[in-house]
Amino acid sequence: MLTFEEPAVSINSITKEFGDHTVLNKLSFDIPRNKITTILGFSGAGKSTLLKLILGLHKPDQGSIEVLGKNLSKFRPIELREFRQNFGMLFQYAALFDSMTAVENVYFPLNEFTSLSMEEMIDKAKKLLISVGIKDISFDRIPSELSGGMRKRVGLARGLALDPLIMLYDEPTTGLDPITTKMVNELIVDTAKKNKDRGMTSIIISHDVKATLRISDYVAFLDRGNIVEYLPVKEFEKSTNPLVQEFINL
Amino acid sequence: MILSKLKKFVEIIGAMTIENIRGIGQIWLFGLRFFYWIVKPPFRFKLLSEQFYFIGNKSLFIITLAGGFTGMVMAYQTYFGFKLINVDSLVGSVVAITLAKELAPVLTGLIVAGRAGAAMAAQIGTMKVTEQVDALEVMGIDSYQYLAVPRIIAATFALPMLSITFLFVGNIGSIVVGTVALLIDETVYMSKLSEFMFIGDVMQGVIKATVFGFIIAVVGTYFGFNVTKGAEGVGKGTNLAVVWGMILVLVVDYFLTSFLVQVL
Repeated sequence: MLTFEEPAVSINSITKEFGDHTVLNKLSFDIPRNKITTILGFSGAGKSTLLKLILGLHKPDQGSIEVLGKNLSKFRPIELREFRQNFGMLFQYAALFDSMTAVENVYFPLNEFTSLSMEEMIDKAKKLLISVGIKDISFDRIPSELSGGMRKRVGLARGLALDPLIMLYDEPTTGLDPITTKMVNELIVDTAKKNKDRGMTSIIISHDVKATLRISDYVAFLDRGNIVEYLPVKEFEKSTNPLVQEFINL
Repeated sequence: MILSKLKKFVEIIGAMTIENIRGIGQIWLFGLRFFYWIVKPPFRFKLLSEQFYFIGNKSLFIITLAGGFTGMVMAYQTYFGFKLINVDSLVGSVVAITLAKELAPVLTGLIVAGRAGAAMAAQIGTMKVTEQVDALEVMGIDSYQYLAVPRIIAATFALPMLSITFLFVGNIGSIVVGTVALLIDETVYMSKLSEFMFIGDVMQGVIKATVFGFIIAVVGTYFGFNVTKGAEGVGKGTNLAVVWGMILVLVVDYFLTSFLVQVL
């Protein structure tokens, strides 16, 4: 298993059960800082549960998770909520607030957590929207007036609003057409490059193997609650693990 | 054979009873969280005013309509009963007291449960299934504080105001029907009204409406937060919010009445 100095996320022997079903079973691995790491796996492998554990939305039944050197289980609920400002997240279907315009969605976290004036917030929101390729004509549109790809861009801009140290992507290309998929993948790489100087880590949950091999630095393969392979992307492609090979060749 | 069917029937009834009691317990615990979060900053006054506008202002038309017609109908029904025993001059006071203590808060509660309670469940439920609630949590915002607290405060304060509006308009309707259509002497009507109607009667209605407002919002938001399974779940949650909101208004009304008649 790969180990890193000062990893962004360190998962130490965690187990998570829902009723009789063990979703994650004594899972341990580290996610490096300032890299794009993708967690691949079949549906039901425990990817989304793992994401929620990293975010501190679920607590592990056993084991511990350290994020940016802090043990999540030692936080009080209010501290954990504050700590989550280190995360940005792009949801599978963007999860934009449907009563707000694109600009309002992006400045929403700024309004909640910073003391910026309204003008400064709007200005920053517009810059973020432009940086993800949204044109000013769409700034005042509500999510239902935006295409799927544009919603993802706005969702990404919102995720980046508080300059997060860890950016999470939950199935970012699920349900998109090939052209939009390519655009979203390019956006992820571009975002990682733009934020490399401040050490932003990107974690992607996906089952899109082609995109994963194209954009990731490291790939972990999750199966039945355990990491069965975890390698730099070039080596992952050549993995001899039969499950990985089956997944790649699907 | 009959015995086993009877046993199964009892088991089903028992399971349903346990499930409903558990459900009420969960709603109660959900409501208790309000008292923790209401004192925690940040205080989102904009959200509160939006909800106040939606629950209060947007319900005014239907409340005014219902209040007016209820007062008019009550005046008619009471008049023809009272005329038989020659106490038709008491129509105004009886209608006013009935409206103040019972009909205004209960009917306002039922109307708001159907209108705003359903909307709360549908709005929050839709946000839940489209991951907007998760987005709030990921940002470090407590979804209960952000979504439930403003709605509960707004409903708790809006309901008594709506109930007083119902009472006022209901009395206008009763006065119009009583003095114009039923030809009760206006002076007698008003003098009997002021003789038998007390501020305690109005207070009873205001207290009831305040409690109903709290219950309706807690139930509406609870079922919104507990929505699962997409659009079907949103529909189910909305339906449950209306049904449970109305049931609780009627049940709590009995217990409140039995308490308030002794203290007011």
